[in-house]
Amino acid sequence: MQRIYLDSNATTPMRPEVVAAMLPVFTEDYGNPSSIHWFGQQAKALLDSARQHVARLIHAETSEIVFVSGGTEADNMAIRGIAESQKARGRHIITSKIEHHAVLHTCKDLEKQGYEVTWLGVSPDGVVNPEDVRRAIRPDTILISIMHANNEIGTIQPIEEIGQIAETADIYFHSDGVQSTGKIPVDVRKLKVDLYSISAHKIHGPKGVGALFVRKGTIVKPQLTGGGHERNRRSGTENVAGIVGFGVAAKMAREGLESEMAHVRALRDRLESQLKEKIDLIHVNAESAARLPNTSNIMVDFAEGEGLVISLDLKGVAVSTGSACSSGSLEPSHVLTAIGKTPDEAHGSLRFSLNAGNTVEEIDYVVEVLPRIVERLRELSPFYKRA
Amino acid sequence: MPYAPKLIDYFENPRCAGEIENPDAVAQVSNPVCGDVMKLWLRIADGTIVDAKFKAQGCSAAIATSSYATEMIIGMKLDQARAITKENIADALGGLPGSKMHCSVLACDAIREALKGRS
Repeated sequence: MQRIYLDSNATTPMRPEVVAAMLPVFTEDYGNPSSIHWFGQQAKALLDSARQHVARLIHAETSEIVFVSGGTEADNMAIRGIAESQKARGRHIITSKIEHHAVLHTCKDLEKQGYEVTWLGVSPDGVVNPEDVRRAIRPDTILISIMHANNEIGTIQPIEEIGQIAETADIYFHSDGVQSTGKIPVDVRKLKVDLYSISAHKIHGPKGVGALFVRKGTIVKPQLTGGGHERNRRSGTENVAGIVGFGVAAKMAREGLESEMAHVRALRDRLESQLKEKIDLIHVNAESAARLPNTSNIMVDFAEGEGLVISLDLKGVAVSTGSACSSGSLEPSHVLTAIGKTPDEAHGSLRFSLNAGNTVEEIDYVVEVLPRIVERLRELSPFYKRA
Repeated sequence: MPYAPKLIDYFENPRCAGEIENPDAVAQVSNPVCGDVMKLWLRIADGTIVDAKFKAQGCSAAIATSSYATEMIIGMKLDQARAITKENIADALGGLPGSKMHCSVLACDAIREALKGRS
């Protein structure tokens, strides 16, 4: 069966160039970058080169890139690291209700430790209002953490405006850039962020590696202590092969950003317009907001998301849903709830997330099979009356 | 795929889907956990379920278990139908992942609700 992958906000395939660059690191350039001998220095050179590529992708300096195990660790390091280093100044954090669980659950954990968190709501289009951020600032606010782009509905947040507010108020500003990096231009200077999380496997790199941008002069308490790697910010022998792959992925993401995302946007727009034409009673979430070019979140009335995902999977198409039935927690998506959707509405959501390897033929196949799947599930619904 | 082939078969090709006109018993139940809904129609004669149909809006496990339970109760005495457990249904379909066991409760609830007050 033909397999079509439209779940790229979950993870992406590695580019062949990424794999090719990683392989010799396992068997030939296997030195420990901390060693002063030839093997160690070979590995260190690879690390330095990868650091340059990652820094360049987000317009940072190489000394500001801390390699970590992925987006979750980057978010934890930023939030816990600032919370701990700044606790003498205050214990108040501002974040939003649509953050990734890595931020959400980290902030909830800090609440249990005595920190206070303001959870900002978003517009029905899934966007944080910078004025809400400004109003939430208190004398004891030590950190603002707002994601750059949302993983479920793709909305792009006004990070530059929030960055300006944070800078004026002299408060540290973290943004989770796991979904935005490689999909839209990122310039950490323009965005005025102090901390920015990125992940390799969302940009065709390997799993298990990511980075935290830490602006020069920002004091983050290390969460892993040991041999003082990464300029004393994150101890542990570097995942050299993963970082090398990350470097190549970052380089290719930067070089291909414009052309690849134009292609992806055209496919996403084609998917949405065709589905709206062929299926009645469907809605595109956050349709009028600034969105990532690769993400489409659709709600289908009178059909349930998990059933849609399984049906599509049986036709070879991989997508995801915010339905309670597909989550281990049996809670509907917190993002769809935050944009005002009822649990019933969230129940029928489907997320398509594309990458540059997807083709028009793949999109057309989805447009061909999905209407019949929806019709079949609606026929089974006790509520649906055919128009 | 987190499901056994038999469950997928009942999801893709549900038996007993539809409605019964002028049924002898009918019930609609919803799952408070995830919001799935099942409606069950029964034709009863001489204390036996002689026909049953269902409709459901929910995940693949909810649809498959609803279909299987509806098929299963045709020909059963009312007390036999009432005695069906969520484990009976889940086991017959090759088992359910732990987080999905609540789906088979839906069908049990619908059967008991439809037969409430009947002997």
